[in-house]
Amino acid sequence: MTVRQTSFRHALYELLSSMRFAIGLLTILAIASVVGTVLKQNEPYPNYAFEFGPFWFEVFETLGLYDVYHSGWFLTILAFLVISTTLCIVRNGPGFIKDMKAFREKAGDNSLAAMKHSAELSGSPDAATLSAYLARHGFRHKRHERDDGSVVIAAKKGSANKLGYFFAHIALVVICIGGLLDGNLPLKIGELLGRIVPETRDVPQSQVPDESRLSPANLSYRGNVTIAENKSADVIFLNAGKGYLVQELPFIVTLKKFHVDYYSNGMPKLFASDIVVTDKASGRETPATVKVNHPLIVDGVAIYQASFGDGGSPVTFKAWNLGQPSQPPATVKGVSLASQPLEAGGARYTLELGEFRLFNIEDTRSGEELAAKDFEARMKDAREVRQDAKFMKNLGPSIAFKLRDAQGQAREYMHYMSPIEQDGARYLIAGVRSQVSEPFAYLRLPLDDDDKIDSFMRLYATLKNPALYDEIARRTAQKAAAGGVISADMQQQFENSVKWILARFGEGGFKGLESFLDERVPADKRAAVAQTYVKILQGAVIDVMDVAQEKAGLAPWPKDGAHYRMLLDGLVATSAMADYRAPVFLQLTDFTQVQASGLQLTRSPGKNLVYLGSLLLVIGIILMFYVRELRMWFLLRDGKVRVAMASNRHNRELDQEFARHRDALEQVSRG
Amino acid sequence: MELSDSLGTTHPLKKLTPGDWLYALVVLAAAGVAFARYGDAMDVYEDAILAGSTLGLIAQGWFWKAFRWYFPLSGALALAGIGLYEQDLARAQSAFGLKYLLSSQSAIMWMCTLFFLATAVYWLGLLKRSDLLTRIASGLTWSAAVMGLTGLFVRWYESYLIAPDVGHIPVSNLYEVFVLFCLITALMYLYYEAKFAARQMGAFVLLVISAAVGFILWYTFDRQAHEIQPLIPALQSWWMKIHVPANFVGYGAFALAAMLGVAELMALKGWLAGKLPAPEVLDEVMYKAIAVGFLFFTIATILGAMWAADAWGGYWSWDPKETWALIVWLNYAAWLHIRLVKGWRGAPLAWWAVIGLFVTTFAFIGVNMFLSGLHSYGSL
Ligand code: HEM
Repeated sequence: MTVRQTSFRHALYELLSSMRFAIGLLTILAIASVVGTVLKQNEPYPNYAFEFGPFWFEVFETLGLYDVYHSGWFLTILAFLVISTTLCIVRNGPGFIKDMKAFREKAGDNSLAAMKHSAELSGSPDAATLSAYLARHGFRHKRHERDDGSVVIAAKKGSANKLGYFFAHIALVVICIGGLLDGNLPLKIGELLGRIVPETRDVPQSQVPDESRLSPANLSYRGNVTIAENKSADVIFLNAGKGYLVQELPFIVTLKKFHVDYYSNGMPKLFASDIVVTDKASGRETPATVKVNHPLIVDGVAIYQASFGDGGSPVTFKAWNLGQPSQPPATVKGVSLASQPLEAGGARYTLELGEFRLFNIEDTRSGEELAAKDFEARMKDAREVRQDAKFMKNLGPSIAFKLRDAQGQAREYMHYMSPIEQDGARYLIAGVRSQVSEPFAYLRLPLDDDDKIDSFMRLYATLKNPALYDEIARRTAQKAAAGGVISADMQQQFENSVKWILARFGEGGFKGLESFLDERVPADKRAAVAQTYVKILQGAVIDVMDVAQEKAGLAPWPKDGAHYRMLLDGLVATSAMADYRAPVFLQLTDFTQVQASGLQLTRSPGKNLVYLGSLLLVIGIILMFYVRELRMWFLLRDGKVRVAMASNRHNRELDQEFARHRDALEQVSRG
Repeated sequence: MELSDSLGTTHPLKKLTPGDWLYALVVLAAAGVAFARYGDAMDVYEDAILAGSTLGLIAQGWFWKAFRWYFPLSGALALAGIGLYEQDLARAQSAFGLKYLLSSQSAIMWMCTLFFLATAVYWLGLLKRSDLLTRIASGLTWSAAVMGLTGLFVRWYESYLIAPDVGHIPVSNLYEVFVLFCLITALMYLYYEAKFAARQMGAFVLLVISAAVGFILWYTFDRQAHEIQPLIPALQSWWMKIHVPANFVGYGAFALAAMLGVAELMALKGWLAGKLPAPEVLDEVMYKAIAVGFLFFTIATILGAMWAADAWGGYWSWDPKETWALIVWLNYAAWLHIRLVKGWRGAPLAWWAVIGLFVTTFAFIGVNMFLSGLHSYGSL
């Protein structure tokens, strides 16, 4: 080895083990850590591509910014910190150990006299007195008789301070090794070598090929699986960049039941899964309940409650034929999260059922408006720590679905099952939208005295039935004439107007009336005409309902304010049906909830090392900060005694302590 | 006094006065009563926490004598408030003593007021070089601390009055931890003030407390954040009871150090000449505060990791809050190395401590406001 090489190595060693380098690393690590907190980590890749555009998406991907803490460069910084700390221990360690053992009894007269805390005592206590004094104050000491007959008594206490250095710095190395054991380094290496290939397709688990599967022997992992009630799983899915990996488990997890409890104000109180874990080898069954904060640990694998959602619930609808509303409703059955064909109005549709939810805890702060929510079935995170659920209200069960026609066009619907009270009246709520990005527009169908929409549907059918307009208009005009609102000779003309307005409204709702006005009536008269039309319609609607009831063989509605309001709401809802644009109205009438629980399973053998390291770290810091290393020397020469003190860290306290010891010693020596 | 006493050589237990023992007895009795009444509802961890807190409180009172009256007084006031409730939450609005003094909301408002007053009086005292005024300010700070602790105790009880299943220790949302922050920072400050006989420091430290108080007031009046909410599943853990307070000892200590850094920088520049304590004193208290803060912050972060291991499926997930805790920790580790190993003193470290407060504040509230993660509890 040449001299150059040695000196280079030495310089490298010096650099790596130096404080400067360590502090630089700490700073770089801190700054690098910021990156991963600013950019949301481990999102699905398409989200990033959408956010940054193709160019920056590539750049950021190359830099590993979507998973900073597992990127090569970040791990390299960590590795350097471990190396640097290790070398630092190697470099300082021997000296520190020597120092801990040493009493420094060989200190020379001059150096003792030169110490900042050094004084000659006026009295001259003998060596035995001094030893006793030291012992009483917790010092260990060593006597050194010099050749010239003088004696040095060297004492010290608080050597554990140096031990603190070892504890704290070894702790860091231990923690990093523990963390590394639990990290996904082996997976990354496997991917680099091509031994492991993440699956990117959305295929049934059993069809995932071997190179995307990990055996149960895998040392450490952290993945998720969603299990519906009374179903089982024996694999979990690990996120791996653009795809996922399938981790096989040594056992089968079966979900018996998932529980959610709420507080009276609607905030969640409990998420829990009753599961049974069956060991594949022995068949041994372990029943348990996992809750947030209370995982189950089986064979070194921890099972956590992570999320929950719909697991495919059988639902029943009353399908009201909107094309021929006079027909009685049919019954449609389905299972949430599944698709089925649906025939309506002579056309074929696909009914794509989305998520069923038993509770809809809504934030009611934004007035009475219902919040738009994701249409896609989604799992709710059970571990969220957000606490601002103050203004919550439960809207009851809901089902989301899409109706797709033969051309592939779909509209999305969100139907609630329970009546909702608004301003003292009761409604059934149904949302619709044609774009995922839009909020839902909500229909409010007024409920009758039996809390049903049947009356509304009769009203709707009658309004949509031109064959009945004659009869309705006749009644309205008659009443108007009898009430003296119009003169008798106007009756026929009025009847025609009513018929005409009903027809317009039946076709296009209020919008239909409006577009007529826009086309035919001069702008300055529109408001007045519109008002008249609406008034007439509002009068006629009573007769519409009467006719509807009669045709159904039912008693007429009472003529009071509450019922009149239902009729007006009925007009609004009928008008809005034009935008609802579905061949059927699927009213959710029954369900059997089947929930799914999202479990996270982890195996982290490094955890115990990390905890051990943490313990060492705390002990080390306490020793370094709160145990002060103190040294004291007595030099006995020619009947005189010099006392000197030193500490590894000098500060005001040493000044005071030295003064106090000196005074005490003076007193002792005076006897 | 015996000399050996002042050198700390007699056995520590022998130095205890009857007052110390009386205090210990009171704390033990209180813990005994708590255990007798609520022991059935507590699990083994909570038993351990009760035992640990009892011993800790006794030790705290023996170590810092002022605690011997501070804690019992706050406790007595809280008990008085609880008595006034007569098990009926509605009495907060009708009973005079509750409405104006002892309901948690009133007590905390008193705390806020007293802290503002103390800040003003500390500054007056500093500018006028009046020992009397700074003494008064010190008294005001103590009163604020008493009201703050009383308020938290009463709030704890109130949460159980709302419904037994809603009840929980008041360290679960941003409002509660801000009160805790004010309290802890003030108490730590009062300790150093007494130890170093430098009351002028209060003018600076109380500024950061006042800022927190301002936040509490805004948060209360603008956001109704003082309403007691039940605990969602993620927070139903006994880890919370120790993780959060430990963190706030850290935050409080770092905030204190930063304000002393400001004072030191002013002293070094010669501003307010003759009115500030010596820079060396400020420097030393600043170091002491950071050392305590670093220790507690380390413990808090470890406890957080252990909690995460129970709640989130891993002891470290690089969640923004976790990561920022690490950043804060690395920052102060570097600070301590520079000071203790490289021996730096003075302006650079004072500046660094001030910057440290910004890093800490971001970790404390910035993360909740700007970054999303599992951890963003009490978002603004
Ligand atoms: C994450 C990395 C590190 C952390 C968190 C850390 C933490 C600490 C802490 C808290 C102290 C206490 C200060 C004292 O009381 O003296 C300390 C002391 C010390 N550290 Fe580090 N350290 C780290 C890395 C390093 C490295 C890489 C070196 C190597 C140059 C090093 C060298 C020292 C030395 C020489 C001391 C003084 C020990 C003494 O004299 O008591 N540290 N460290």
